[in-house]
Amino acid sequence: MIERTPILNIATHVILAFGLIVILVPIWLAFVAATHTLQAVNSAPVEFWPGDQLWVNLQQAWAQSDFGPKFVNTLIVSIGVVVGKITLACITAFALVFFNFRGRMLIFWMIFITLMLPLEVRIVPTYAVAANALTPFQTIMDWTGINWLIATLSGVEVKLEWNLLNSYTGLILPLVATATGTFLYRQFFLTIPDELVEAARMDGAGPLRFLWDVLIPLSKTNIAALATIMFVYAWNQYLWPLLVITDRANYGMVVVQLSDLVPDQLTTGGGTPTWHLAMAATLVVMLPPIAIVILMQRWFVRGLINTDK
Amino acid sequence: MAEIIIRNVAKTYGKTTIMDGVNLTIRNGEFVVILGPSGCGKSTLLRLIAGLEDITDGEIEIGGQIVNQLEPRERGCAMVFQNYALYPHMTVAENIGYALKVAGVAKAERLARIEATAKAVGLADFLDRKPGQLSGGQRQRVAMARAIIREPKVFLFDEPLSNLDAKLRVQMRHEIRRIHNAVGATSVFVTHDQHEGMTLADRLVIMNKGTIEQIGTPEDIYEHPASLYVAGFVGSPAMNILPGSLDATGLSVLLADGQGLDIPSSFKARAGQLVQIGLRPEKLSILPKGHGQLSATFQFFEELGSARIYHLLIEDIPLGVVSEHKLSLTEGETVGIGFPTSALHVFDGPSGRSLDRPGVAERVAELV
Amino acid sequence: MRRAYFKFSWIAAALLAPQLLIIFVFFYWPSMQALYWAFTLEQPWGGGNTWVGFDNFTKVLSDPYYWGSVRVSVIYALATTVLAMTMALTLAIFVDRQLAGYRVWRVGIIWPYAVAAPAVGLAFQFVFNPGAGIFSYINTIAPGWWDLSKYPWQAVTAIVIAGAWKQVAYSFIFFLAALQSIPRSLTEAAAMDGARPLRRMVDLQLPLLTPTFFFLLVINITDSFTDSFGIVDTLTGGGPFRATDLMVYKIYTDGFRGFDYSGAAAQSIILMLLVMALTFVQFRYVERRVHYT
Repeated sequence: MIERTPILNIATHVILAFGLIVILVPIWLAFVAATHTLQAVNSAPVEFWPGDQLWVNLQQAWAQSDFGPKFVNTLIVSIGVVVGKITLACITAFALVFFNFRGRMLIFWMIFITLMLPLEVRIVPTYAVAANALTPFQTIMDWTGINWLIATLSGVEVKLEWNLLNSYTGLILPLVATATGTFLYRQFFLTIPDELVEAARMDGAGPLRFLWDVLIPLSKTNIAALATIMFVYAWNQYLWPLLVITDRANYGMVVVQLSDLVPDQLTTGGGTPTWHLAMAATLVVMLPPIAIVILMQRWFVRGLINTDK
Repeated sequence: MAEIIIRNVAKTYGKTTIMDGVNLTIRNGEFVVILGPSGCGKSTLLRLIAGLEDITDGEIEIGGQIVNQLEPRERGCAMVFQNYALYPHMTVAENIGYALKVAGVAKAERLARIEATAKAVGLADFLDRKPGQLSGGQRQRVAMARAIIREPKVFLFDEPLSNLDAKLRVQMRHEIRRIHNAVGATSVFVTHDQHEGMTLADRLVIMNKGTIEQIGTPEDIYEHPASLYVAGFVGSPAMNILPGSLDATGLSVLLADGQGLDIPSSFKARAGQLVQIGLRPEKLSILPKGHGQLSATFQFFEELGSARIYHLLIEDIPLGVVSEHKLSLTEGETVGIGFPTSALHVFDGPSGRSLDRPGVAERVAELV
Repeated sequence: MRRAYFKFSWIAAALLAPQLLIIFVFFYWPSMQALYWAFTLEQPWGGGNTWVGFDNFTKVLSDPYYWGSVRVSVIYALATTVLAMTMALTLAIFVDRQLAGYRVWRVGIIWPYAVAAPAVGLAFQFVFNPGAGIFSYINTIAPGWWDLSKYPWQAVTAIVIAGAWKQVAYSFIFFLAALQSIPRSLTEAAAMDGARPLRRMVDLQLPLLTPTFFFLLVINITDSFTDSFGIVDTLTGGGPFRATDLMVYKIYTDGFRGFDYSGAAAQSIILMLLVMALTFVQFRYVERRVHYT
């Protein structure tokens, strides 16, 4: 700070405190609801201070939604997506930056364009592909006559099929392609001095050795930043698991479980809405990514800024 | 045993020609310095030898083997880079030993060799540090050690001293020469610093715009520059250049301000030819007015302590004289300039080629 | 441009292949499929699709429900963006003064980024609930006045506030980073010129934030088109009377509830074009941002 500005300083704190309250209020209310009994939540006056029912409500919400296996599933999928995205981003960017070949720009643009095709927009056909991930190849082989040729020559009719519905693969695979991650890695690789590459070549290291021994250790910061963002992204996935997983008991994810907790006529059957349980479940579901963001704050902010989304 | 033979090597990027028709033979165990300004192609030549870039045309032979198609690691060269190119995440020991690790040398042997090499360059106490914790000079030593440990046939140096301060640079210069003498590998050293070139080299290669201007011992190049370009590049302060033209006899040069300067008949100069006279500042002496071969006007001097640089003018052409004598001159005073005939260099005006004693140009060709 | 490369080999191809395959199967193929569906119609008795030209588009564009969806999407996009960015900018400028407790303020504002959209929707459904939340007070004063499931404007307000709440953190992080990248010497120079803190905010910080501002504007609008699904699904379910049936939500319901693949595909193509246009604009501004610094 350059000069003393006592009045402005007080104003600053007041404004920030006000902003923080606005941000905190909805979650505070949700939290308070999760600490009271069904009756207390649904009767006037509204509670503004926590009660003593938090633990009871959490246990009941946990059991009711069968959160145990769902947390495990969510963790598996999140880690799968994080590892997949980082690996893909790293190796794709590596190939694009450290090899000189025709079509490099074409591939770069092909990856870039995926930014303009968010999942929500192409949701229906993507779901169709997930039902049989080999459809594209089957169709292409049908069109080009390869299948006809195979059928004529060997008498075997080619039927490629790989159903991804209700599987971890189906949850993870369509989410691991990453234009932003690839760009972040590319940006980082472009800052690696040419001389380091040359030194490695003089030392006898081939491309994979260089990637493993030099680039990956150097990109630890990158990995941490990407991992934080991608974890939050994966954990919070909603639309895709909602569609791909019909077998919720075995493959359900926690965020999707929230859609069952909306206390409307369907869930309460005309009874009193179970807000206390819904809010307890909401708290449980949102806690892990919040913890990650707060603990990994530094990496998270850096990653977010550098990927430009 | 590694002699490096470069035959008609050319390098182009797309349509830009970086280097054309370069021929050079570097003898086994020799220390050759390639000297030239930035962009003259000297680094490219080094990188072609290293195998870091593909040769467009021609051939490079190292130790009797054509290496055009070989990967860098197969050529038996080690390289010290300008920015050291140390792996920032590895310790000094890991940096030094990385090439051995890649080559699959057993750990025990590797550690022993790292230790020995580190000791040789004075890094024994720093093996566990990361490059970021080292000073410039220490990093330089790590880069050297990394090259030495492989016991290469050829050492390649790409301006390795340019990031050091002046004092350290001199010190590392000695170190490099000492290591070269001890190891006995062929060394090729690229620099734009003439002092490094003069002091380190067994032979100097002066490059300009992708071609070799002159090859010779430092003394040879200083005393008998083959062209104006070489003359201007080597020597400090730079050689004085006086434009003029030969008179009808071919034995006297008419300078800009009308004074004449006699030249010996040994120069291959024709009557009427446009020429450039080259005079090294340190070979000139200032004499009273009317004495010596030339007259000039005094302007000012710079004190160096051990000597002075006197700045004079002939018409509007600057002339520098380095002299230990403390003369008291006033600005605008006319003085005489004297020098031995052997200090006189004559270059062809348009081409800049030396018209010196027959043979300089031919000797260049011979060496190739 | 780099000068140091490895020689292209099967290694590079093998490294590129996984991502390219995934992109092809899950991005390009579905997009082409959407195009195909958008211009064809499935025969009710089977036997493949027939080419119908722009019929699907004409049908979509002449559907008043579709235009209702477009209208509420635009309202949602603009309102959430304006709300979120105003709040984020204000907070960022004051947090950037780095008074005591700076880190606490920062964390306090950043964490909502990590909350899943459906969780936001659910929490806000409770907050706005006419029977149990703070709005039950209003209803004790004026019974029946507040009910999300009855009054469209209240439902739209609710999703806008929930959406904006979720977006604040993202914009805040970018504004704060941009503010912190303003060189200290510049602030000091302005102080030497006699500009006091508030004056510096207006004369120095705000103008230097212009590129970030435009960048966030486009990003927020794009996000509001695609990321709103979770909020709508748990907060209003698209109702009442389709009042909060945002474009993405409508594609989902038409495709998966109505099984109208061709109609959903035509809507997808339109939304895709919209996202492409916005992305294009964004990258022009990103370029400008680079020029600034």
